[in-house]
Amino acid sequence: MTHPHHHNRVAGQPVLQVTGLKKAYGAIQAVGGVSFQVMPGEIFGVIGPNGSGKTTLFNSMLGQITPDAGKIELNGEDVTSLGPLELNRRGVGRTFQTLQVFGKMTVRDNLIVAAQEHKGTMFGRMFAPGDSGLGEKADALIDQFRIRHVADKKAGELSYGQQKLVDIAMAFMSEPDLVLLDEPCAGVNPRLVGGISTLLKELNRNPKIDKHSSFVVIEHNMDFVMDLCHRIMVMVEGQVMAIGTPAEIRANKQVLDAYLGS
Amino acid sequence: MKKFTHISIALCALLMLVTPQYLKNYGIYLLTYWLIFIIATMGLNLTVGYAGQKSLGHAAFFGIGAYTVAILMKAGISFWLGLPAAALICFALGIILGFPALRVQTIYLAFATLGFNTAVWLVMRNEEWLTGGTFGINNIARPSLFGFSLEGNLAYYYFTLGVTLLMAMLLWGLLRSPWGKAFTALRDNPIRAESLGVDIQTYTLLSFAIGAVYAGVAGALFASLVQFIEPAPFTVGASIMMYLMVVVGGPGYFLGPVVGAAVGVILPEWLRFAQAWYLFVFGAAVVLLMIWLPDGLLSIPDRLKAKRQSKLDSAARVAAGQTAAKNMGAKA
Repeated sequence: MTHPHHHNRVAGQPVLQVTGLKKAYGAIQAVGGVSFQVMPGEIFGVIGPNGSGKTTLFNSMLGQITPDAGKIELNGEDVTSLGPLELNRRGVGRTFQTLQVFGKMTVRDNLIVAAQEHKGTMFGRMFAPGDSGLGEKADALIDQFRIRHVADKKAGELSYGQQKLVDIAMAFMSEPDLVLLDEPCAGVNPRLVGGISTLLKELNRNPKIDKHSSFVVIEHNMDFVMDLCHRIMVMVEGQVMAIGTPAEIRANKQVLDAYLGS
Repeated sequence: MKKFTHISIALCALLMLVTPQYLKNYGIYLLTYWLIFIIATMGLNLTVGYAGQKSLGHAAFFGIGAYTVAILMKAGISFWLGLPAAALICFALGIILGFPALRVQTIYLAFATLGFNTAVWLVMRNEEWLTGGTFGINNIARPSLFGFSLEGNLAYYYFTLGVTLLMAMLLWGLLRSPWGKAFTALRDNPIRAESLGVDIQTYTLLSFAIGAVYAGVAGALFASLVQFIEPAPFTVGASIMMYLMVVVGGPGYFLGPVVGAAVGVILPEWLRFAQAWYLFVFGAAVVLLMIWLPDGLLSIPDRLKAKRQSKLDSAARVAAGQTAAKNMGAKA
């Protein structure tokens, strides 16, 4: 099975289109009719207080939970009911809030396994070379993330910050159209936050493959979000309060009162 | 580590080629027994050690392999058809046993596989028309290969050694392919693996099916070695023993089964001097081993390396601290 998700693009078409998404847990409407779109190459931030529905929204987009209503389209294709595996094969990468590396594999193997299933057929992979022809790509990301000195160490033996970098690099190995970043700065020291921001900007342009990746970022670090994102959506109590550029969001009185204030 | 593995393999192979020449019949029989358990536990090591699926039903496949060959040979079918038939049947049943693993994991999966083992054992014991029940099947012939009879113990030993090496090379190749990485990813973090496009369901089923093939081949060789089979060697207890061999050797270490099967098959022979105390000594050794070396005997080199590394690191920290203190002193 090959997955030519990179050829599905139509000019001017959003990479991600979410329409009227709803999800309730019992009496609690976690997400109550959210709509937005993410354009090719765009970095789209989602902010809001705890319990505003960000995580539920994210989990719906990642195929972890099935929404009650609404539609999620990827490059024009309805992917609302698809699971994480199918979404990844169609070009969705993700990072996790908590560290999720393969602890007993080397850093390099972590990166290779992150893209190998996009190469060839299941049966063919049984006879493919160990690095699936992805060694060069892995090495390029290892250099870009400045983790060359630990490339042959087991990922589980690295420091928290190093594992975080591996975790993010893995999401980019298969050259996804859309990457969902779940609190990339959680637990990271301030100096590394700057490094991650720089890396994400580089990856967003990705001149090597002449391709623009789009990101959706959930993050509580406001400086990071305002600096990185092209547009930001503010969620409060499961509803969209505002969508706009960082400058517009900063100037929005309603948002200031409800969330950014103090 | 790579070098260590290569040298160990070469040494093992040499020892195994030469040793039986100096052994009596029982010694050769015991070594063959050991090889057969190496094959079986190599498969279990794939399922448990590499793919992380807790299976306590491995002896069922071992038994299915043995009975397949025995029944087919009694029906006049050649061993050389019986062996692949045993492998195929085990592959198919391995996929079926894999399905519970898609729903449950850890101890719950262990119990599901244990139930499977019990069910298979009951079929072996009760379906006399097929399996001979508790009387078993006797006079199972040993095959001949290209006109060479494998009837003698030494000949059968070398034949088993050849099969063991072949199965080991196939597994080595498989583990070095992208499949090996996918199995490890499945064990280390299935949720992350799935988010990276790894089809964890298919790999879970395959880890059971391929593991079962190894047990089936081992079972087929076992039937022809002992020439008489009955349900007793294929109980849940035997599955637990195989699991123990994997854990003692070192799950996820390629040569773990070689060491683990030696502990399970050869060590009891050495402990014969202890007579009635044998099980006590064996049990105590396993308890101690699990406390001090939870990752198995083959984790010893890795442990030593980690210890050396942490010593080097702390020495480097001390040195860095002294340099910093000196620099501060110079400034003051």
